Amino acid sequence: MNIVVLVKQVPDSGADRNLRNDDNTVDRGSANNVINEMDEYAIEEALKIKEAHGGEVTILTMGPDRATESIRKALSMGPDKAVHVVDDALHGSCAVATSKVLAAALGQLNADLVICGAESTDGRVQVMPHMIAERLGVAALTGARKLTVDGATLTVERQTEEGYEVVTAATPAVVSVWDTINEPRYPSFKGIMAAKKKPVQTLSLADLGVAPAEVGFDGATSAVVEHTKRPPRSGGTKITDEGEGGVKLVEFLATEKFV
Amino acid sequence: MSEVLVVVEATKEFGVKKVTLEMLTLARELGTPSAVVLGGAGAAEALSAKLGEYGAEKIYAAEGDEIDGYLVAPKATVLAELVRRVQPAAVLLASAQEGKEIAARLAVKLDNGILTDVVGLDADGTATQVAFAGSTIVKAKVTRGLPLVTVRPNSVNPSPAAATPAIEQLTVSVTDTDKLAKVVDRVAEQKGSRPELTEAGVVVSGGRGVGNADNFKLVEELADLLGGAVGASRAAVDSGFYPHQFQVGQTGKTVSPQLYVALGISGAIQHRAGMQTSKTIVAVNKDGEAPIFELADFGVVGDLFKIVPQAAEEIRKRK
Repeated sequence: MNIVVLVKQVPDSGADRNLRNDDNTVDRGSANNVINEMDEYAIEEALKIKEAHGGEVTILTMGPDRATESIRKALSMGPDKAVHVVDDALHGSCAVATSKVLAAALGQLNADLVICGAESTDGRVQVMPHMIAERLGVAALTGARKLTVDGATLTVERQTEEGYEVVTAATPAVVSVWDTINEPRYPSFKGIMAAKKKPVQTLSLADLGVAPAEVGFDGATSAVVEHTKRPPRSGGTKITDEGEGGVKLVEFLATEKFV
Repeated sequence: MSEVLVVVEATKEFGVKKVTLEMLTLARELGTPSAVVLGGAGAAEALSAKLGEYGAEKIYAAEGDEIDGYLVAPKATVLAELVRRVQPAAVLLASAQEGKEIAARLAVKLDNGILTDVVGLDADGTATQVAFAGSTIVKAKVTRGLPLVTVRPNSVNPSPAAATPAIEQLTVSVTDTDKLAKVVDRVAEQKGSRPELTEAGVVVSGGRGVGNADNFKLVEELADLLGGAVGASRAAVDSGFYPHQFQVGQTGKTVSPQLYVALGISGAIQHRAGMQTSKTIVAVNKDGEAPIFELADFGVVGDLFKIVPQAAEEIRKRK
């Protein structure tokens, strides 16, 4: 099975994250940039399918030059190769334009299965799998906590608020996964060394047949007007329990009219 | 005034979800709200009274297996047709999994911008969003097409405004491509009468400090006494104390209740990301240095197994 995993480089969600003041985009320059955590689960799932059914795993990333670090890190887990869509004109692209670019790249990769994380930790927008599926005219099985492959039939358990849905489709398809689906492997030393030699193909917008005016700020379908940092919360009263902690807690809740 | 389409979120168990009432309230500021029910046969009829109560002047319905038997694609197709026909002033969906997914497909079909996690919407279409785990407030606009926004639960106070909507059944003409992802089963896991996590006014969450799955009864008991939902930190979920659908945090649900009670939760960034826009935060933790206390309006340092039962008892006394 020819599997493509979408990997996004994001600013580390464990540190302070900001939007840039000059153009309102995510400040990636001063951030510690890492693989979007959910994507590691997508990579793991792809590798498990390859191990069980054979095939090839390709990483697909759209992002600036520095995303190369995350691509190598992804490859160190075990995928075979990577494709990096990189073009200065992409800076400032909205989700709709991003899906156009990724769909164009996928169109060249002939994937049976595209796997991605359910959302990225920077935008948490959760729209990309369905946008891509819509453009490619293939099935989208999203929010999977379990994926079963039986020949060309895919079955997922999709987490919902009430429980789960069992959803099935034939390949080709896009599957998005939550972090409940597996436990991603750590790259081995051998894997890290091997990743340095794995092929990473770069594609420009011209290679994909997408005009620069369709992406970036020019092609954006939405715009940030302004952004402000919310003042950090300040802690209130902190008491140490000396036998009456529960009562004092309820007294506080009562003054706030929750009891 | 032109129509504003509100795509209804509802469940069989609870009926119209609160976020739908919030969207109807928001929509009234922008134009005339029309509810759109995309679901199983008879869904619109069952929901119409409630939708009318909150100002839906009209209800568009697309119902049946063609709509409900597949994953979101048919819903997006029907909605796109409706948008082309009525040319609404805006389209509002819930900022939850399915709402975002329908909106995603609609955005591509109409080549239209999309804004998610919206907590406020001005009459000129400027949306307020919270980004980076609530640390940044963003004002943004759709610059191509109509305002297509997904609204985060607990953003607006729903206010009633009686209307008597007529139901218009839409002709459903979905394509084979819309029917590629077939829903073969729906399994209910959530039991009981607690409010849904993202919509609850009160959330009581347990973390690693709760110790084991059995002890979560304490968390549930306090939640029930406060009329709230139960949440769990990632550490608690990863340890198997509580199911994943109740996880609050960066890789779980984002909640913004009036009251958030954190029991045995240290308050790692992972968790704060999902709860720090709560109005009032209360924490109980044995570690006085735990970062959760930096957020808490009221914190008790001590043993939750002593404090929580005492608090429960005190609430019962006061009732």
